Amino acid sequence: MINFDYVKARDVGDAIKQIGGHPNARFIAGGTNLIDLIKENVARPTRLIDITGLPLAEIEETKAGGLRIGALVPNSDLAYDERIKTRYPLLSSAILAGASAQLRNMASTGGNLLQRTRCLYFYDPAMPCNKREPGTGCGAIDGFNRMNAILGWSESCIAVHPSDMCVALAVLEATVFVTGPKGDRAIPFVEFHRLPGDTPERDTNLAHDEIIVAIELPREGFNRYYSYLKIRDRLSYAFALVSVAVGLDLDGGTIKSGRVALGGVAHKPWRVPEAERLLNGQRPDRKVFGEVADIILRGASGFAHNSFKIELARRAIMRTLEQAGAGTPQSQSVKSIV
Amino acid sequence: MSTKSIGKPVSRVDGPAKVTGAAKYAAEFNVPNLAHGFVVNSEIAKGRIKKIDRTAALGVPGVIEVFAHDNRPTMASGSGKYTDETAPPGSPFRPLYDNAIMFAGQPIALVVAEEFEIARFAATLVEIEYEAEEAITDIDTQIGKAYEPPKKRVPGWDPAPRGDVDKAFTQSPIKVEHAYRTPLEHHNPMECFGTTAVCEGDGRLTIYDKTQGAPNCHRYICSVFGLDKDKVRLLSPHVGGAFGIGLRPNYQLNLAVLAAIGLKRPVRVTLTRRQMFTLSYRPETIQTLTLGAEEDGSLSALRHDAIANTSRFEDYQEPTAIWTGALYHCNDASASAKLAQIDLFTPCDMRAPGGASSLYAIESAMDELSYAVDIDPLELRLKNYSEWDQNDDKPFTSKALKDCYYRGAERFGWSKRKPEPRSMREGRELIGYGMATGIWEAFRVPTSARAMLAPDSTLEIGCATADIGTGTYTILTQIGAEMLGLPIDKVTVQIGDSDLPVAPVEGGSWTAASAGSAVVEACNGIRQELLKRAGKIKNAPLEGAELADVTFVDGEIRMRGDPSRAMSLADVLHGLKDPIKSEVNSKPDPKVFKRYSHYTHSAVFAEVRLDEELGMLRVTRVVSAVAAGRILNPKTARSQIMGAVVGGIGMALHEESVVDHRYGRIINHNFAEYHVPVNSDIHDIDVIFVEEREPHLNPLGVKGVGEIGIVGTAAAIANAAHHATGVRVRDLPITIDKLLGLTPSRMQRFLEENAR
Repeated sequence: MINFDYVKARDVGDAIKQIGGHPNARFIAGGTNLIDLIKENVARPTRLIDITGLPLAEIEETKAGGLRIGALVPNSDLAYDERIKTRYPLLSSAILAGASAQLRNMASTGGNLLQRTRCLYFYDPAMPCNKREPGTGCGAIDGFNRMNAILGWSESCIAVHPSDMCVALAVLEATVFVTGPKGDRAIPFVEFHRLPGDTPERDTNLAHDEIIVAIELPREGFNRYYSYLKIRDRLSYAFALVSVAVGLDLDGGTIKSGRVALGGVAHKPWRVPEAERLLNGQRPDRKVFGEVADIILRGASGFAHNSFKIELARRAIMRTLEQAGAGTPQSQSVKSIV
Repeated sequence: MSTKSIGKPVSRVDGPAKVTGAAKYAAEFNVPNLAHGFVVNSEIAKGRIKKIDRTAALGVPGVIEVFAHDNRPTMASGSGKYTDETAPPGSPFRPLYDNAIMFAGQPIALVVAEEFEIARFAATLVEIEYEAEEAITDIDTQIGKAYEPPKKRVPGWDPAPRGDVDKAFTQSPIKVEHAYRTPLEHHNPMECFGTTAVCEGDGRLTIYDKTQGAPNCHRYICSVFGLDKDKVRLLSPHVGGAFGIGLRPNYQLNLAVLAAIGLKRPVRVTLTRRQMFTLSYRPETIQTLTLGAEEDGSLSALRHDAIANTSRFEDYQEPTAIWTGALYHCNDASASAKLAQIDLFTPCDMRAPGGASSLYAIESAMDELSYAVDIDPLELRLKNYSEWDQNDDKPFTSKALKDCYYRGAERFGWSKRKPEPRSMREGRELIGYGMATGIWEAFRVPTSARAMLAPDSTLEIGCATADIGTGTYTILTQIGAEMLGLPIDKVTVQIGDSDLPVAPVEGGSWTAASAGSAVVEACNGIRQELLKRAGKIKNAPLEGAELADVTFVDGEIRMRGDPSRAMSLADVLHGLKDPIKSEVNSKPDPKVFKRYSHYTHSAVFAEVRLDEELGMLRVTRVVSAVAAGRILNPKTARSQIMGAVVGGIGMALHEESVVDHRYGRIINHNFAEYHVPVNSDIHDIDVIFVEEREPHLNPLGVKGVGEIGIVGTAAAIANAAHHATGVRVRDLPITIDKLLGLTPSRMQRFLEENAR
């Protein structure tokens, strides 16, 4: 653990000012990931800017009929919020599929987007990792890569984004509102996280001196036909081998439109609009779902320990689409699969 | 026998102290001027330290010293001085001894600072220059070099072959031969290791350590540092779990004492969870079971050949070859246990060492045989039931395993099982029933204890054994209370202190039988003394009574058969100034061990459910029926079995310390990636203790229950998983990919490569 300065931001403007000129400074909210990384000497911030006092913990209605979630709303509050539960149950379900109650109590909405990969080689400073120390190589690509990517990876990084919540936000097509010295920006969710390419040290398109202030959900919440299914190595408190979020707009038994996102398989929540378009005008049907899965997984390739995830993902996509189409979403407390 | 305390479900006497935080663990003893050490671990797996640059670390304000092999205080040089009572044959590891690196994560320096956080930060600044050599950690590459350890850790763990197993196998109409493997596992108790070493002003040293044997660590430290054993006291009053990893002294003990001596001030060293993966572990095994049978299922050939890894410097051995011979009747049988050296730390005993991994393989093979002969798995076990230990040609002291089978099967509803794999389902869920046998040795080892009865009729028991969460405090309290007819709250127990009468490490499930017997004998000394006093009181009701004539009950000494002739302890103790003391060295009867084999048994039944397509498996029910002699406390005993069943579920489905062989390094060294079961993974666990009269082993008639609960559990789950899916996974843990047949298992790859 590195010795660091600690400052508490007075307001959003102050937070941005405090981080300016400090390339090794980090914002800290719940700290559920950052503190771990500091303790293990993976993250070495010289300055922590505590943003927990900022007025960003509200959930508000938007004019467009959606909800605006403050960046500091705790994951638990969000998951159990009545408006979220009734209008965006997919989001609630995905949050409850992740971490533990204690972690969800501490973790913030903005922080959830910014959590780092759980790649074993990223987490061990004695090991090579281009994400942690650019230029040292990828330890995972020829190493133990059970939890690593099958889609969108590069030779320099095969890490995956570990969030469950973000998989749901990708389906919901949320917008991330950020602010920085150059002013405010709205980033569509699919553009927030990035693929590793040859700069895997960057997880997102957020600039170092920008801060997330809110996540906005559009009106459509898929609150009748949705499901979040997480496949993992134990029944709770484990990162996804594969997870799938589905939202369907179903009318009279016909799918008007649908969205599918995958977690645990890539450097960002994985969506393939071309595959989703196949759903339009179809009745929920295993054959169609299989075709959708095949297109989503087109080009997938794995490594010594994770190639099984391709077939597992295919099965999980089909099942989650079935669950959503039948209006029988996966429970996160009853562990048998619907 | 009617009892007042023994056999009752007494709640843990140390429970209130533990839940209120009053119970102190090794790293919680605070003293003035305490310095904090943080360990620097080797980043390479093999080679030498060329250079240590301490400049940056020592430049951090608050850093006191950076100890390494080149500036440490004097320690013994001969590796024999580093041995301990559970050490296997070989040369024990000597922390900070020289510049040689023998395994990844080896402690190579200790940064000592005024605060823990400063030490931890400065530890990242210690620059080590290594000269690395190639490390070999993949056991598969060393199979050809596997050997029978020339020096045995325990005599009797390698029974002689009987009959002609190869010939018998060739002639058997039914043949089953398969290889199974189990991975490295780390014990991972909740409490990470920690030691607080306190230099008292007068040259005395007080050490608070997390250990399963205060006397063992006490002897070790005195030997390593050449200290006068009367000037060193080692205490370990509470232990937050251990599972065997506290049997041998761990390196934080050595380093804390080293720094305390070097700095002449108190030093605490605690390990992080990641550093817990630099300690010892359950070895990896590859086991081949060769079973021949007649058409009716009776075993005609039985062969068990195991290879386990050890380090380059010690021949760690566990009981592996004894189980088949002790469990099943078969006249042509052999078993072997070989070692393969790799560049990791030496393995050590982990809950039911040898038993947990061997019985997974043996009982999986028996399940496979049940399909080959088309006989119900339970019936197959009964058909081959052994009333006689063929290993040593002896009878058993007691063996109520049949009752375990019957009662377990009844409680579980085994008769509802349809034999065909994939034949039981509910919707998209496959259901599997599996069963297995458990067996573990019932030991008793020499243990000393003392009892002191104060004039106010309060009893104090002292014994240097440990309570690693097992309930030792509670059962010794119950035994003391029973022996002298006192209520529980009049009895206190002191353990975990090298100043107390010496006891062996708390392991091998022998503590209830060993420390329990010592307490019985020590209390018998008190009884005798009390009766002597009572007899001297003129015209008193007990004049002339012998010990055999009286009972100690409800605070009284009573004549058997004539309760009117009684005296209260208060009356007998009247006028006494000093406590009555009794100290014993309690030893088992060697004749018993010569004449009999001595085992604890169990039958484990498991139900699993999983989604046909997606494979997420749930162990929805486990019934563990245990025959362990007399149960001293059904509540703490049940907790032992439940905890061990959870360990068995982890062994079956989750636990695996993954080594990246390129670096010789354990790579999933945290609780996010090294999985143990969480609450969601645990459903119904039903524990049955069957009646078993144990007349020989000890005066209490008890056998231990600390380990039997894990033995057989992984096999029962693996067999249930096969029954549900038709897929036989022969290498643990049983993960989704293996179960769905989506990844060739390591065993398949190993066999394919060896076939080429």
